[in-house]
Amino acid sequence: MSKLQKFLEIGSSPHISSGASVDVIMRNVFIALLPVCVFSVYAFGIAALLVLATATLSCVITEDVLCRTTGKPSTVGDWSVAITGVLYGLTLPPDLPLWMVAVGGIFAVGVGKFMFGGLGCNAFNPALVGRAFLQAAFPQAMTHWSLPFADNRFSDLPGSILAFPFSEPVYDAVTAATPLARMKFEAIQAENPELLWGLTSGSAGETCAVLIFLGGVYLVARNMMNWRIPISIMLTVSIITWVFMQIDPVTYPRPAFMLFSGGLMLGAVFMATDMVASPITNAGCWLYGFLIGALIVVIRFWGAMPEGVMYAILLANAVSPHIDNLIRPRVFGTGKGAG
Amino acid sequence: MLNLVQKDSFRNGIHPPEMKDETSHLAIRRFPFAPTLVVPLSQHLGKPASPVVRAGQEVTRGQTIAEPDGFMSVAMHAPASGVVRKIALAPGIGGNMVESIYIEPHPASSQEVDDGVPCMLETSTPDEIIGAIQRAGIVGLGGAAFPTHVKLKAPEGKTLDTLIINGVECEPYLTTDHRVMLEQTADIFTGIRYLMKATGARECMVAVEANKPDAVRKLRKVCPPDLPVTVRVCPVKYPQGAEKMVIRSLLDREIPSGGLPVDVGAICVNVATTAEIGRLLPRGRGIQERVITIGGPGVEKKGNYRIPIGTTVRYALEECGASKDISRVFLGGPMMGPSVSNLDIPITKGTSGITAFTDAQMDEATGHKKIYACIHCARCVEACPLFLNPSQLGILAKKEEYERMAQEFHLMDCFECGACSYVCPSHIPLVQYFRLSKKMVRKLSAAK
Repeated sequence: MSKLQKFLEIGSSPHISSGASVDVIMRNVFIALLPVCVFSVYAFGIAALLVLATATLSCVITEDVLCRTTGKPSTVGDWSVAITGVLYGLTLPPDLPLWMVAVGGIFAVGVGKFMFGGLGCNAFNPALVGRAFLQAAFPQAMTHWSLPFADNRFSDLPGSILAFPFSEPVYDAVTAATPLARMKFEAIQAENPELLWGLTSGSAGETCAVLIFLGGVYLVARNMMNWRIPISIMLTVSIITWVFMQIDPVTYPRPAFMLFSGGLMLGAVFMATDMVASPITNAGCWLYGFLIGALIVVIRFWGAMPEGVMYAILLANAVSPHIDNLIRPRVFGTGKGAG
Repeated sequence: MLNLVQKDSFRNGIHPPEMKDETSHLAIRRFPFAPTLVVPLSQHLGKPASPVVRAGQEVTRGQTIAEPDGFMSVAMHAPASGVVRKIALAPGIGGNMVESIYIEPHPASSQEVDDGVPCMLETSTPDEIIGAIQRAGIVGLGGAAFPTHVKLKAPEGKTLDTLIINGVECEPYLTTDHRVMLEQTADIFTGIRYLMKATGARECMVAVEANKPDAVRKLRKVCPPDLPVTVRVCPVKYPQGAEKMVIRSLLDREIPSGGLPVDVGAICVNVATTAEIGRLLPRGRGIQERVITIGGPGVEKKGNYRIPIGTTVRYALEECGASKDISRVFLGGPMMGPSVSNLDIPITKGTSGITAFTDAQMDEATGHKKIYACIHCARCVEACPLFLNPSQLGILAKKEEYERMAQEFHLMDCFECGACSYVCPSHIPLVQYFRLSKKMVRKLSAAK
């Protein structure tokens, strides 16, 4: 009688899933970053290519080695460390000595991610942890900016790049101040088109606002990024800046300059939106974005440094769990809604 | 016609593939009697019924074979004319054993049923209708199998104003309610008359999801003009059919946490249950069969069948040409249906369908994919219709902090719709954790 004899599998419902997967999300973030990387190499030449490759490889290898030495399966396959590596590379000066790049990469993954427990547990954006470490360890190298679109960028390597580990890098290329530095120390504001199209100097991947923005649009369209975070950051920065510009247009820049200069776009779109280190509710994301925006303005206007995106995001990362504790969704059938 | 789709719906929810086209156009067909029918005495929430037949006794189809034992219990009826073989334990869905009546139908047993003592709408009091519903063995046919008569009477101090007939059927694959709305439309309105009289509700709404436009048209056409009934079209969204969600969508009222529909003056009855009330009460019959969808990729002759209660899943699947490589069988839809460990369990009143998956579908199942750590992507938070924080609950469940889950994060409100597990890109078995956690919380509070 019984024709059906196969062993049945039992499992708790649901028996179907949406098909979404962490590695797919991470791969898409990686894809969204590719145009930014390509532009970076186009603008800064082989040096940027070497910096990006070293950054990515150092992060990926660090994670793989740490997983293996601690007897865990390697988590390189989920692509999250590749994103950390690329993002970290994009925040660095394009002529940074490669040994520094590697050291920062090891620190980013080892301390910023692995020490906290790996994927899903990092309190801070690991890429920014790596950059913050370099900023503290090598303040001079981290504020040396090469000229974009130099004629020899595809033929010659800047001497600094291959500096021997732990030696003082020698810079042969012309130094170029970033728009933010010029604003801070010389009160000169760069024009919008230069900032939007990335014709200025700066970190390897922060200069071209348009490509970063498009990457963000791609991720938002695929429901892989909470748009509220970048929008909240940009709105906050714009509004505060606008108010101060009304008070004193000589000292304070125009909002568009604030938005498109320095690392703001890269930070707002790709760094602050690190899901692990940002709040889980939408209301929390608005508050988190506001916090980052306000901190950016405070550091840029009144801090000693020209740029403050990195510290603003790291500080907000630290506050993020508290935002989740503070802002909880009203559970259905409780509070005002009940009855 | 469908421009009247409610704009207002519950917030959050998900959109799984509906998978209803394969069976929604197939008319309900009768199912043959299996060589042995197994009627469990407990097919509902509450106390098991007490048998009133002995082994060896002849029974006729429709005859009462077990009487309700107290108020939280309903009667059972013989699904076929035949001989009671034994009253013994039979396997149940949860891997447990349930006291059941084994009936061996006579060869060529007729599908005819003798009428009993009718409960006439005009002459019966509300209490008489409630008693008749209990004697007819009626429970929620949507899947919960809660005894229907129990919820019809508002407790002291509370009033019922709105009767909601739930024809949403948001589970993928299932089309039984859809077919019942098309084929038993008149029964539904008769059932509504009984229910309105029993509950004293002044208004009635029939909720249908927008993916069943033919059912909406049919209901609106057949609706008697003297009945205060409106047919309301809800947006297609899972879990629209959940009691809390459908009441929120239609009435903009939220059932309080830990409360019941009656707390907001509403009562929700499944549309097939209503149709059965309308069909059975005037004839004095009881439920001895129900309509189920047999479908899924592992079944060849998919369709909607009026199947005798007590038919085993194995017999049903074999009659429908189940493929040999079925690997998971579950009762109901894929979002909430429990999977069966044993094909010899009987179909009960709460079974709305049998869905069979083969190995090909199992790649998509939770538990088959690599589990990553939670990345706080918030998809579960955006899916949860009760605004819980499944991400946080999942982390706490892993740490076994069950009491904190219940006290601080409203674990016990979760009705296990599975939307969180469905969307999770880390493939964390969230709702599965919560089921376990809820059991642990009950255990812990019972121990105190």
